[in-house]
Amino acid sequence: MMEPIKSRRFWKDFDWLLLAAAVLLSVISLVEIYSSTMAQPTENFFIRQLAWVIVGISALFIVAAIDYHLIAEHIPWLYVLAIGVLLYTLALGHTVAGSKSWIGLGPVAFQPSELIKMVVVVALARYFSELRSRRYMTFMQIAKGCMIAGVPIGLIALQPDLGTALTYLPAIAVGLFVRGVRPRVLASLVLGFVLVLPVSWLVLKPYQKERILTFLDPERDPLGKGYQVTQSKIAIGSGGLLGKGVFNGSQNQLGFLPTRHTDFIFSVVGEELGFAGVIGTLGLLAFIIFRSIYNAVTARDNLGLFIVMGVVGIYFFHLVVNVGMVIGFMPTTGIPLPFLSYGGSSVLTAFIALGLIESVRRCRYVN
Amino acid sequence: MLQREELELLRWRISFIGYVIVAALLVLAFGFWNTQIVQVGYYQERAEDNRVREVPLVAPRGRIYDREHRIIADNRPSYNIILLRENSPHTLEQTAAMLSSGISMTKEEVMERISRAVKRREPKFRPVILKEDVSVADIAYVKAHKYELPEISVEFQPRRRYLEGSLAAHALGYVGEVTESELMTPEFVNFKSGDQVGKTGLEREYNTILAGKDGFKRVIVNSFGREMGQLEEEPYVAGNDLVTTIDLDLQRAAEETIGEYSGAVIALDPRTGEVLAMVSRPDFDPNLFATRISVTDWNNLINDPRKPMQNRAIQSRFPPGSVFKIFMAAAGLEEGTLNPLKTVYCPGHATFYGHTFGCHKKGGHGTVNLHDAIVNSCNVFFYNVGNDLQIGRIAQYANMMGLGRKTGIDLPNEDSGLIPSEAWKQRVLKAKWYLGETISVAIGQGYVSVTLMQTAWAMGGLTTGGRLKQPHFVNPDHLKKLGLPSFEVLEEEYPISQSNVDLISTAMWGVVNEDGTGSRAKIEGFDVAGKTGTAQVVGKQSGLKGEQYEDNAWFVGYAPHRNPEIVVAAFLENGGHGGVTAAPVAHAIMETYYKKKIGRFDAKLNTIAAR
Repeated sequence: MMEPIKSRRFWKDFDWLLLAAAVLLSVISLVEIYSSTMAQPTENFFIRQLAWVIVGISALFIVAAIDYHLIAEHIPWLYVLAIGVLLYTLALGHTVAGSKSWIGLGPVAFQPSELIKMVVVVALARYFSELRSRRYMTFMQIAKGCMIAGVPIGLIALQPDLGTALTYLPAIAVGLFVRGVRPRVLASLVLGFVLVLPVSWLVLKPYQKERILTFLDPERDPLGKGYQVTQSKIAIGSGGLLGKGVFNGSQNQLGFLPTRHTDFIFSVVGEELGFAGVIGTLGLLAFIIFRSIYNAVTARDNLGLFIVMGVVGIYFFHLVVNVGMVIGFMPTTGIPLPFLSYGGSSVLTAFIALGLIESVRRCRYVN
Repeated sequence: MLQREELELLRWRISFIGYVIVAALLVLAFGFWNTQIVQVGYYQERAEDNRVREVPLVAPRGRIYDREHRIIADNRPSYNIILLRENSPHTLEQTAAMLSSGISMTKEEVMERISRAVKRREPKFRPVILKEDVSVADIAYVKAHKYELPEISVEFQPRRRYLEGSLAAHALGYVGEVTESELMTPEFVNFKSGDQVGKTGLEREYNTILAGKDGFKRVIVNSFGREMGQLEEEPYVAGNDLVTTIDLDLQRAAEETIGEYSGAVIALDPRTGEVLAMVSRPDFDPNLFATRISVTDWNNLINDPRKPMQNRAIQSRFPPGSVFKIFMAAAGLEEGTLNPLKTVYCPGHATFYGHTFGCHKKGGHGTVNLHDAIVNSCNVFFYNVGNDLQIGRIAQYANMMGLGRKTGIDLPNEDSGLIPSEAWKQRVLKAKWYLGETISVAIGQGYVSVTLMQTAWAMGGLTTGGRLKQPHFVNPDHLKKLGLPSFEVLEEEYPISQSNVDLISTAMWGVVNEDGTGSRAKIEGFDVAGKTGTAQVVGKQSGLKGEQYEDNAWFVGYAPHRNPEIVVAAFLENGGHGGVTAAPVAHAIMETYYKKKIGRFDAKLNTIAAR
């Protein structure tokens, strides 16, 4: 079933629009990363991000060239490998910002919890698509699905990187919803999640509690945790309709924006490119999401459908949490915005995710 | 694999996810629309507040010069530690805790400074001064911690410096931070909280001229508060220099010779009204006020029973004693109740209205005429002069000649003194005037009290033929030339015959030059004239002894005897006999004046020009 990458068919079925949207987002990202890190030229954020984008696009083509059935076929040992890597990270990882979530791969540091998302997505997709045909999943089936996602989530939560662990949840949630669970079960799952929240409050670290409290009342400590969100809103709001222009955002250039090239990159977009830039960027992200859903619906089989919907779930979650955070609708979490935030693991994973979608699309007419 | 009949359900679920995504995106878009379109003004303002900091540029106060353009007061550079509450990453308590030890203050002291600003509801953008006139070590500490404490910085502020310390302190006054109540008055309408303004003396009187106009610069700061560039600058306008009529050489001579006495000295030019020197003792160092005065220093000054803050030259009234006889003589001569040939026998005492009044010379002066009576300061002679005039005419003449009313000198809070009259006693004491009281008034005792300034002014007016020139420290023509708000020197002229002036003046020459009571004021070559006064603090009969009951010593002199150029009035509290203690003070000033006039003054020894 492998379609040679150089064949005419490959290039014809390739979703160029999807790639174009991702590249456009990368251009916006690179420009704003350059703009927000001009004060630290020695750190080479721009060059490093550019390198990761090139690596990411290459990875996209490679993944796109592979039949996703082949990946699904090899997913059991990939999954085991992923669990191994997470265990290794937990044991020997670097600690960044209080979480042991990084490992060194030769010269580059890598956050395996990002890339492993794709392994979990494919594993879940294979699991859901291979279930015996019944209208609703049984309790055991649900539990098994939750286990597949739960083991890596648990390991990541132990790092402890609760934010990243949370980003795995939409993969299982979307999978369960699309595969079908009894409304009763769905309701109790939602209810259960809501009930778990107060319990999880007890195990949260003080800084995490602080973040949530600050989210609920940003003026609680305007110069502490609320500072980031306040400054972010000032940056975005002062951008107005058309923005202050690239390199001209005072909040950005004068350092009032926190972690502006990573988590708060969208504030820079808001300040320098204005409402127009925000809507344009959100539009590109929305285009990728809906184009992906279209590819899911037209997928040849349910494996493809579940892969794409899993990816959509994860990245939509990223988008809502990150963009919601910069505008003050969501608590402060360290969740990056796909294609825009600085970070190799994040960029590479986003392009690989697109590669998976391309692979699904490419195979739709193959019989 | 799913059955195909479930395809519709699957489609529906995916559509549902799509709708959820659309809804979420719309909510986000609404958030941006609300922030970037609806509230854009608010956020642009806040971004501007973040970015722009207004740095005050404090204008230096104008310098104060003496009449020969020698500096008396100027400014020195100093630095304050200030807190910018806006955009501070710390709570006020955190800031105080982190900063206090580094600048050798307690946390409570820092908090007290801050809470004062909070209580006054000062706007947050206005810096709070935490410590004034800080040391190099304090500045170093702040600079070294600018990343930990971006809300703290140092501010340049020129500070007042009085080069000769307490010299002429009462005339110059001092500066201090403007108070809330002062800010309510029209005088300080152009000032703002925290400004240094003149509090007393010339600093206060000419505050609007001396005070400059602060400028500011608007700078771009980064999130650490570091200046990244400048937007605009409005430079300060320095205050105008003030050239006074003070002659430092005379001032210094007065300061030195008054010694440890409490009292005051004034030298003025009766032809113009220019004040050449003014001393009041005890004094204070106005430099103490240039930075925030310490509580201890302030309490010491305020609670000192000797009242060092009081300007005894213009704000204190004393019985003039025998000095008053001069004005009695002028009144009697003008009224015709007295003539130069009239004689009175002085047996050492005299009885009027059933009371016996003594003369200071127990054995009496014998038969005296007006000239002798002035030269030897005979009380009995002047009891008669007073009795002949009666209180109504005494009050009328004394007032006309400048006593018992304000001279209009360009210093704040001048006292008016008091010349009693029947009407005054009825109004204030609700009692009838006793004729016997007139006898005490005749020799400058009883209810009569004058300021030293009045005495010098009135003496100058009398000896220049009845011309009273408003005393002043600043030449109004100087101000006019500089285009500054100025004033006119008020001039009064009362009728008095030149022959009467000559008679009295000749007698006063005798006081100094004919072995009279004021012979210690004599200067070879410079015809000094004058009158001594020895005013009782308590009645002789009381029998009280002790330094605080010693008589107050007066000497009011002028020179030269014809066409006087300088009047000197000296008053020493508990100084004893005026001729013994006060006359030498006047002598020192007039001698300095004379030596300068004839070019014999040794400038090297006695001037700050060589500084």
